[in-house]
Amino acid sequence: MSTADVTIATAPVKKRKRKKTFFTLLLSNRLAVIGLFFIVVWTLLAVVAPWIAPHSPTDTDTVSKLQGPTIQHWLGTDNYGRDILSRILYGARISIWTGLIGVGISFIIGVPLGAIAAFYGGKLGNFIMRCMDVLLAFPSLILAMAIAASLGPGLISAMIAVGIVGIPEFARLMYGQTITLKEKEFVEASKAIGVKDSTIMFRHIFPNALGPILVHATLGMGFAILVASSLSFLGLGIQPPTPEWGAMISEGREYIITGEWWLVTFPGLAIATSILGFNLLGDGLRDVLDPRLRSSK
Amino acid sequence: MSTLLQVTNLKKHFPVTKGFFQKQVGAVKSVDGISFEMQEGKTLGIVGESGCGKSTTGRALLRILEPTEGEVVFDGVNIGKLTKDELRSFRTNMQMIFQDPYASLNPRWTVQQVLEEPLLTHGKNSKETIKQRVTELMELVGLSPQQAGRFPHEFSGGQRQRIGIARAIALNPKFIVCDEPVSALDVSIQAQVLNLMKDLQQKFSLTYLFISHDLSVVKFISDRVGVMYLGKLVELAPTDEVFAEPLHPYTKALISAVPVPDPEAKREQIVLSGDVPSALNPPKGCAFHTRCPVAMDVCKSVVPKWQEVSTGRQIACHLYE
Repeated sequence: MSTADVTIATAPVKKRKRKKTFFTLLLSNRLAVIGLFFIVVWTLLAVVAPWIAPHSPTDTDTVSKLQGPTIQHWLGTDNYGRDILSRILYGARISIWTGLIGVGISFIIGVPLGAIAAFYGGKLGNFIMRCMDVLLAFPSLILAMAIAASLGPGLISAMIAVGIVGIPEFARLMYGQTITLKEKEFVEASKAIGVKDSTIMFRHIFPNALGPILVHATLGMGFAILVASSLSFLGLGIQPPTPEWGAMISEGREYIITGEWWLVTFPGLAIATSILGFNLLGDGLRDVLDPRLRSSK
Repeated sequence: MSTLLQVTNLKKHFPVTKGFFQKQVGAVKSVDGISFEMQEGKTLGIVGESGCGKSTTGRALLRILEPTEGEVVFDGVNIGKLTKDELRSFRTNMQMIFQDPYASLNPRWTVQQVLEEPLLTHGKNSKETIKQRVTELMELVGLSPQQAGRFPHEFSGGQRQRIGIARAIALNPKFIVCDEPVSALDVSIQAQVLNLMKDLQQKFSLTYLFISHDLSVVKFISDRVGVMYLGKLVELAPTDEVFAEPLHPYTKALISAVPVPDPEAKREQIVLSGDVPSALNPPKGCAFHTRCPVAMDVCKSVVPKWQEVSTGRQIACHLYE
């Protein structure tokens, strides 16, 4: 074989690894694409809500209250005669944000806490994890209520409350992952090379721990939206008449029994599809980020 | 021949804690006071049963685990006295090869990234030099540099171990702790990797601490052999002497257990009774007295001294005092 042949043969191998960027990989993963589709659609709907909503989300119309789906009101009206479609579109703005920010707070605080507790262990680790146990000991809704009540009712305090409630789960998950990973020989090898602790955490432990945490984060989105809506139901979160999916469901609950199913079904579908989107994207991300699972797709 | 490494009374105890306040209730004495020295360019084999402290010794030498007590002097530098930063730059002198080729490479990193890590950590090298060095390293260990973009799971066990070796020699260390580097490999691959290690040793005059439980492997690669039992060295001697004429009763039992590839050969096998006692609560006196076929009264109460019985041959046993 001549030298020219060798270079021709090797070039594609190197290119394949580096040029296949994160996004092309993500787009070749069917689950992730479906998930991304749901998320993009909901985000777009949330952005353009004021232009495409057929009615005001808050205007009441007692004459046409509790109407089923009609040409005028595609998804029906609620007990005050408000258009459900418009409320769902406006609600997307609030619910998706609550989910994202709530989970974001839990992730940003919980993951480093768990990692530090496991990596350094000893008294510090013990202290951090026992604090997490204290948080876990409260039923999540009670804790969220206490936090939201102390911060005063409102959207921001609901997000913070939802975020704090989720911290211990992220911390525990990361703690377990880090404990197993830090004993791995490749971490010891880095220590033997003289790599700094922080670099080991960011480059070795965090990427390898990410899979389950990402899945938990996407599942947590649904939980966050539901807790936020429970808070609004109890008067501690988003204040009526602001449209919010969870609040719409809790308000519409009592009408299921009398046959007005559209009050809960459509906001329920909205929650289900948006959360499904995040879950699928999370699964896809996990597969894409792990080179061992990449080739099988 | 100069002494590269001088180890004096090295101890590593793992505390056993109990309750919320982590009160210490005992200690697992994994390594309990061992002393030896290593000559530059030579290989010292460490053998012993599972749990006798072989691997802990290797890690304590490199301060991957902080030793509880004792001194490690490397080329005139007391490693135990180095500060964190000093130690970090000193690590270029000493590296480690690991047992499990599946766990010793980050599954998310390409070979290129694995071999870059030591080069990026120490010194600011240009991208070109790093790339060149990675190519050079891969060729040195018998891998094709074209495979640099691949992930560890795309290699076989033997190839992964080669990557591990390449990483260990990347910084041109003088001393490498080899923690059972071939025990996870097929016998045919073992020979290849051992030969590679021997070649590299000659090329770069490396000093190996070779930890293994496989006596035939140790016999092949070592210049001297140390036998460990329950955290202590019981015998340390040139390889030929240990295998030809073991002195310590434990060494005798170990050597007699090596399979001989001749079905006709008659040999006397010493079978030890009982299990290795717990390192949490080791026996008084000589740690081996509970299983020793020739134990005397003195063995039960007095710890045997670590002493030289002939040139280059040290032993800890009352029989030879």
